[in-house]
Amino acid sequence: MFQPRIIPCLLMKDNGLVKTVQFDNPRYIGDPINAVRIFNEKEADELLFLDITLSKPTGLFTRKKPAEIQYDLLKKISRECFMPFSYGGGIRTIEQIERLLSIGIEKVAINTGALEDPDLIAHASRQFGSQSIIAAIDVKMGRSGTYEVFTHGGTRPLKTDLMTYIHHLEGAGAGEILITSMDRDGMMQGYDIPLVRMVSDAVRIPVIACGGAGSVADIAEAYYTGHASALAAGSFFVYHGRKRAVLISYPLMSEIEKLFPGGDYENSS
Amino acid sequence: MITIIDYKTGNSGSILNVYRRIGYDVTISSAPEEILDADSLILPGVGSFDRAMQNLSDLNLIPVLEESVLDRQIPFLGICIGMQILTTRSEEGIHGGLGWIDADIKKFQIPDEHYVKIPHMGWNNLDIIQEDPITAGVTGRDRFYFVHSYHFSKPNDAEILATTRYGYDFPSLIRKKNIYGIQCHPERSHASGIRFLKNFADLGG
Repeated sequence: MFQPRIIPCLLMKDNGLVKTVQFDNPRYIGDPINAVRIFNEKEADELLFLDITLSKPTGLFTRKKPAEIQYDLLKKISRECFMPFSYGGGIRTIEQIERLLSIGIEKVAINTGALEDPDLIAHASRQFGSQSIIAAIDVKMGRSGTYEVFTHGGTRPLKTDLMTYIHHLEGAGAGEILITSMDRDGMMQGYDIPLVRMVSDAVRIPVIACGGAGSVADIAEAYYTGHASALAAGSFFVYHGRKRAVLISYPLMSEIEKLFPGGDYENSS
Repeated sequence: MITIIDYKTGNSGSILNVYRRIGYDVTISSAPEEILDADSLILPGVGSFDRAMQNLSDLNLIPVLEESVLDRQIPFLGICIGMQILTTRSEEGIHGGLGWIDADIKKFQIPDEHYVKIPHMGWNNLDIIQEDPITAGVTGRDRFYFVHSYHFSKPNDAEILATTRYGYDFPSLIRKKNIYGIQCHPERSHASGIRFLKNFADLGG
């Protein structure tokens, strides 16, 4: 019986994990290795790590060289991780992808890199197989009421229309789309269901919905109504209670089976 | 000694991590002489059919594998692409496979109206058709991680140990004598996958 994936999306900043609200105000959550051990014990479906320090622009004025991907830390995480493990943040070249996959990372998430090198996704999926390439897209509702794509960690708007961009990424060979609502990030009030559904229905590849989950009901809604193949969340897995105390958790298998009793495709229409 | 064949297609490290965790002696190698020395072999695999065959061929590993697996008949496990290249051909590529098992590799064909996404990516079960030491303690409730767009098709029925349902049933675990192939990734499938890999290791005595 096939089940949709429920994926903790963990944000790395320096050597720690943080959680943001609407892509801002990162709050320290804990140590990544410790988090992986907890998710192992809970038999989580899959983990997604995104390094948010590598996404922001480095620009003329900061005079800083772009930081390098934290391969050593990722290697330690991979060694501890007995579930599929994806990484995104600062990926711009085929060589970086090769090194990440050789560490044991299953999939890489590419966002800004796909813009800087329009052939990156096509080359990477040809070389490593499309199943290892996630195209990550950050979306914000614009003033005119249309969705706008942002790159560079949500700091730069992209002129291309969302659906045109999505079709371009699918055509280039992305194996999966990670669609994140910046407006919903950290709000814990539910996914942007119209956004998730619009994207999921437009492509044949799996779509991971991210941004807004606050309960198992939200997760079920993104699957049944939003047609997403996988449901990612941050706050939902790291916070507990109204005051948002840090406590890592993951739904029990019995809860998941209640959410998705039929499995396979019969339920998703 | 279990040897994991490193032919530059990814995930050998995660298999090594599992065996280290459960205290088994394993090595990773792409050296023909080390591979000939192995008591059992694991052929992992991520990526495409053609690339996997090309890499095996570039590293001159095909004759070595044939000697160990076909002549000396040591326990062998192909994982994902490592299972698919046991066949003669794939719809995915133009290269021939190893041809150790007479079967095809086909792309998932599922009608659009079912909203089924390709690749088949996520957790699913092994529906066991035939009992075998490699699935000792594994039941239909154990979950394994799958990620693939192509699948095994029409081997000899006697060679199918388990099937998996995604749109329809396809062979997900096969055995021909000492040769095993599994479509999912036991190295990333928590306790169920660890049990499976332990069972395989124990076949080698």
